[in-house]
Amino acid sequence: MIGRLFKFHGGIKPDAHKNESAGPAIQRAPLPERLVVPLRQSARATANCLVEVGQKVLKGERIGEPEGFLGTAVHAPTSGTVVDIARHPMAHPSGLDTECVVIEPDGEERWIEHAPFDYHAASREESLAWLRDCGIVGLGGATFPSHVKLGKGAGVETLILNGAECEPWITCDDRLMRERAADILAGATILRELIGARELVIGIEDNKPEAIAAMKEAVAASGHGVSVVAVPALYPAGGEKQLIRVLTGIEIAYGKLGGDYGVQCFNVGTAHAVYRAFAHGEPLISRIVTLTGNVDNAGNWEVLIGTPIQDLLPLARPRPDTDRTILGGPMMGFALPRLDVPIVKGSNCLISASPKLFPPAPPEQPCIRCTECAKACPAELQPFELYWFSRSRNFGKAQEYHLFDCIECGCCSYVCPAHIPLVDYFRFSKSEIWARERDKAAADQARERFEFRNFRQEREKAEKAAKLAAKAAETRAKLAETSTAETPAGEATDDPKKALIAAALARAKAQKAEVQPQNTENLSPQTQAEIADIEARRKVLAATAATTDAPSVAGPTADAPAAGTDAAAASAAPDAETRS
Amino acid sequence: MIHSPYVRKPVSVQRTMGLVLIALLPGIAAYAWQAGPAILVNLLIASLTAVLAEALAMWLRRRPIGLAVGDLSAVLTAWLVALSLPAIVPWWLTVSAVLVAILAVKQLYGGLGQNPFNPAMVAYCTMIVAFPALMSQWPALAGGFDAQLQLILGGARELDAVTGATALDALRTGLRTAGATVESVSAGPAFGVFGSQGWEWVAVGYALGGLFLLATGIITWHMPVAFIVALGGTAGVFWLIDPAQFASPLFHLASGGAMLAAFFIVTDPVSGATTPRGKLLFAAGVGLIVWLIRNFGAYPDGIAFGVLLMNICVPLLDMKTQPRVFGHREAAGGDQ
Ligand code: SF4
Ligand code: SF4
Repeated sequence: MIGRLFKFHGGIKPDAHKNESAGPAIQRAPLPERLVVPLRQSARATANCLVEVGQKVLKGERIGEPEGFLGTAVHAPTSGTVVDIARHPMAHPSGLDTECVVIEPDGEERWIEHAPFDYHAASREESLAWLRDCGIVGLGGATFPSHVKLGKGAGVETLILNGAECEPWITCDDRLMRERAADILAGATILRELIGARELVIGIEDNKPEAIAAMKEAVAASGHGVSVVAVPALYPAGGEKQLIRVLTGIEIAYGKLGGDYGVQCFNVGTAHAVYRAFAHGEPLISRIVTLTGNVDNAGNWEVLIGTPIQDLLPLARPRPDTDRTILGGPMMGFALPRLDVPIVKGSNCLISASPKLFPPAPPEQPCIRCTECAKACPAELQPFELYWFSRSRNFGKAQEYHLFDCIECGCCSYVCPAHIPLVDYFRFSKSEIWARERDKAAADQARERFEFRNFRQEREKAEKAAKLAAKAAETRAKLAETSTAETPAGEATDDPKKALIAAALARAKAQKAEVQPQNTENLSPQTQAEIADIEARRKVLAATAATTDAPSVAGPTADAPAAGTDAAAASAAPDAETRS
Repeated sequence: MIHSPYVRKPVSVQRTMGLVLIALLPGIAAYAWQAGPAILVNLLIASLTAVLAEALAMWLRRRPIGLAVGDLSAVLTAWLVALSLPAIVPWWLTVSAVLVAILAVKQLYGGLGQNPFNPAMVAYCTMIVAFPALMSQWPALAGGFDAQLQLILGGARELDAVTGATALDALRTGLRTAGATVESVSAGPAFGVFGSQGWEWVAVGYALGGLFLLATGIITWHMPVAFIVALGGTAGVFWLIDPAQFASPLFHLASGGAMLAAFFIVTDPVSGATTPRGKLLFAAGVGLIVWLIRNFGAYPDGIAFGVLLMNICVPLLDMKTQPRVFGHREAAGGDQ
């Protein structure tokens, strides 16, 4: 099994702040007045609505039909009445909206009939379909559909269960492991069977001794051959690629999936949901959410999907000087632009923030090329080079220096003595590049259409010319015929026509060959999901650039990378020039 | 828009520069103890000039003055200029050198972080070309403070009383007389236990400061080690071949500005190479050039020229030594 641990480059050790919320046991959040259940629950796929306004639904009843390769089903989190089906803002940095089913709970929590699913008696395809129909997606944050991640069921040697939870403040996986270790383990062994892996390794950061002990105990009780491994607490050890690297030494390149390397990784929360789906036939309708930060009553709550965040926050009793709420951890999360948005399957933590707890970043200073950022970067990039390229909008160079290998972990921004919001620059560059990519794709299409028209016109011209030539040849031939009996007229009529058409074709082909291949082809579903996300962000950027009073959520760094909005952009130009 | 991370390490440019200034203190203390407190006067002159020049430049460029002056980078440049110049140069020479460093080399290129050349070293080179005589007069050990101060303030130069030849100078000129060997030259008064008389202790001070910088993580081992290995190694090879004509590696490392260079000058982040391999090549290049200039060049010490020559190579070094990116390891199934 796992012999020695590997290291990944860089990483940082921010204050963990786990104690605030790790103590109390998971509580059940009370039913809100309304549940807003988005039909878009998994990355890049929106379910087909199955209900109508006024319809009564039961807890666990399917309200959204999975659609497409990445689709998963959506269920009513409780019993009640559908009161509205409309677009509603989401917990998204830009407050993007999506189609939602609004349910008014009847308070009875009446379950729809549900029964365990015996995956031993079913085919693998049926089991995967069951997961899809139970709405199981990755609960680590990416909400990638688990049935897709389970893949072909071959070629994966090692299944890794991610219990690292490396982001500061978040403790939902910690509590889940402490309290429901056996269920997690049961779910994990089902996943192992479905993916056809030999090995199952549970990786947990060593700052969670209780969770490690609980999982070890569960493993011992089950008699399964599973290793529970304490990995050194070093952010971002819980990043999927980093954890795989630490446990197996395997490095997964950008755009690749673990499956390509014989290893796959699931979050502990996902394993728990898988267990509920198979052992109890329950769809994924709730998750554990950490409420912490500037609050008096931090802890973890089991929350129904669709619960509005503003209904949830009072449970933790935020202190009066709370000025924003961060969804996710402080390293990769974002301040919510509005609080009337629902908890979704990927929402793991809400941090009440105050200026004291998360002071605004000090003013940005010039980069002194100290390479602290490069030392901290787990993707082994040279962030300061990417920063120069992003600032001068030299996106080609940025890509050459592997901009897209950046996992946006924020380590570089964390360590930078010049307080440069490096990740913000990288997010900006990525979205710009995708936008250009998309514009180019559109342009390519237009060009193809144009070229085809050209080709057609040329062809028609050629045909006309050929016809004329043929006619001329014919007359010549006729003339010749009168003088000599034998004539090569047949060839003469064919040749010029053929040659002209061939020439036109060749031209068209050559033009087509010049059209560069798009690098958006052959992408993995995960990458496509990333693209979708980035596009969404880009829209926001465009919006903030257009309107100055757009909701600016996070203090002084807010506009720095949004080019064209302020002094940062203005000052970027001359500096960039002197540099290049 | 996402603006994470919301937490930051409590670091700043000011802290980085401040730590380097602190790391210079042991060397400065040894300097003042060995060669008299004149250096302190020069440090003061240089610092004041640098701060005023920086403030002026920021004002002209309409940038926040406080932030730039407060980052201490100008003061650090000033100290490095002052420590590179002989401590008894007249005040206007120090001022000119600092102005060259701050205005011409740093601010004209766009301010902190933008200059491709090491400001202190350009200043040194400019001065040695413009005022070769003044730049070769080093204070004699235990020279009187009053006499030194007179010189700084521009008093007439009756040099013998207050200046002394440095060991590097003595060795260079000594070895050019027929029949001289390293041994015979080293018997002279300029030579100390293992380096230049007195100055070797300054070198020890710099080295201590350098270790402090390594311990605090302000610099990485790459540059000092590569510089020391290149300079010491080359010197060692030739010393082994012909100890009569070539000085020992220890002598080279303990003389002139070798230790200042190893820990404070080649390690300038702004104008140096940034990749691990680039740093090794950069510092090794400087070390090699220093040895060549010391043995075959026209100037007593070659650090400034070595650094500037290698500064030119930095873009190329960085480009050619880009580290491999995560997941792009050869084989492993997924590399393109
Ligand atoms: S950490 Fe900041 S100042 Fe240092 S090299 Fe990176 S971007 Fe530049
Ligand atoms: S955010 Fe990107 S560049 Fe910065 S440390 Fe993380 S992976 Fe590296």
